[in-house]
Amino acid sequence: MKAAVLVFPGSNCDRDCKTAVETSVNGKVEMVWHQETELPSGLDLIVIPGGFSYGDYLRCGAMASQSPVMAAVKREAERGVSVLGICNGFQILCESGLLPGALLRNSGLKYVCKPIELTIENRTTRFTSAYGNKQTVWMTQGNGDGNFFADAETLKSIEDNDQVVFRYVENPNGSMNNIAGIINKAGNVLGMMPHPDRAFEEALGSADGAPMFKSLVRAAQAA
Amino acid sequence: MKAPTLKAKVHVFLKPGVLDVQGKAVEGALHGLGWDGVANVRVGKLLEFDLDGSDPEAAKGELKAMCEKLLANTVIESYKVEVA
Repeated sequence: MKAAVLVFPGSNCDRDCKTAVETSVNGKVEMVWHQETELPSGLDLIVIPGGFSYGDYLRCGAMASQSPVMAAVKREAERGVSVLGICNGFQILCESGLLPGALLRNSGLKYVCKPIELTIENRTTRFTSAYGNKQTVWMTQGNGDGNFFADAETLKSIEDNDQVVFRYVENPNGSMNNIAGIINKAGNVLGMMPHPDRAFEEALGSADGAPMFKSLVRAAQAA
Repeated sequence: MKAPTLKAKVHVFLKPGVLDVQGKAVEGALHGLGWDGVANVRVGKLLEFDLDGSDPEAAKGELKAMCEKLLANTVIESYKVEVA
């Protein structure tokens, strides 16, 4: 699998994402700086990592969503390339309009940093097919703005189209409908607040992130 | 001769109905200090900058475009522009 990991000023999970893809599925990963206007050719996956791009100034992910590389990501997403946004990456995908909704400040006002249990709501996506019959997974969460919000009409559309991929078992931040991760209608862009990149082998406390990368390899081979 | 500039102000607030946890926290603090009459605190942003041009109406159009593109997230925020 050939993957690109985007790097913004303030990204801090970019190397975690690279290691996760390399370790869990032996993928080939290129790091791509945010000022690039083109992505490498032949990509199977684009990862938008966690962190605090542009210091979270203005709004989390706002300025990153307007950076040159995101125009290239939009073109690749339209062509059907898989895009995975984790944490700040999820915020950037919402800000860029590639995913519906927005992430607000956590309802408890606290930065929530802990292992977290999620239910897999949709196991037919290209990101979740390798989870088999597994009902819940453990990953870690680390953010101050993870409170998913969408207006009533958008939320209904997300639910009606089975776009919710992960829900929190115990809601840590006030997210509507306990939403932890959603996918776009076309099924190739996933955004999630918890970190599969921090849960790809048992030594990290959980290997539940690894099947996500295995699912993506499967999808890439089938394509 | 110096190019004419306008003074721009952009107010950005969370839309009514969108939970403003910062506002809630500030409200709680004000209550704690004895200002019991305070209600519905909303925390927003004010951006001020200079903008080349002399036509306030054209400038307002530009400011609205800036808000739609970057300064506000219209999923959760509303904005108001002023030019002087």
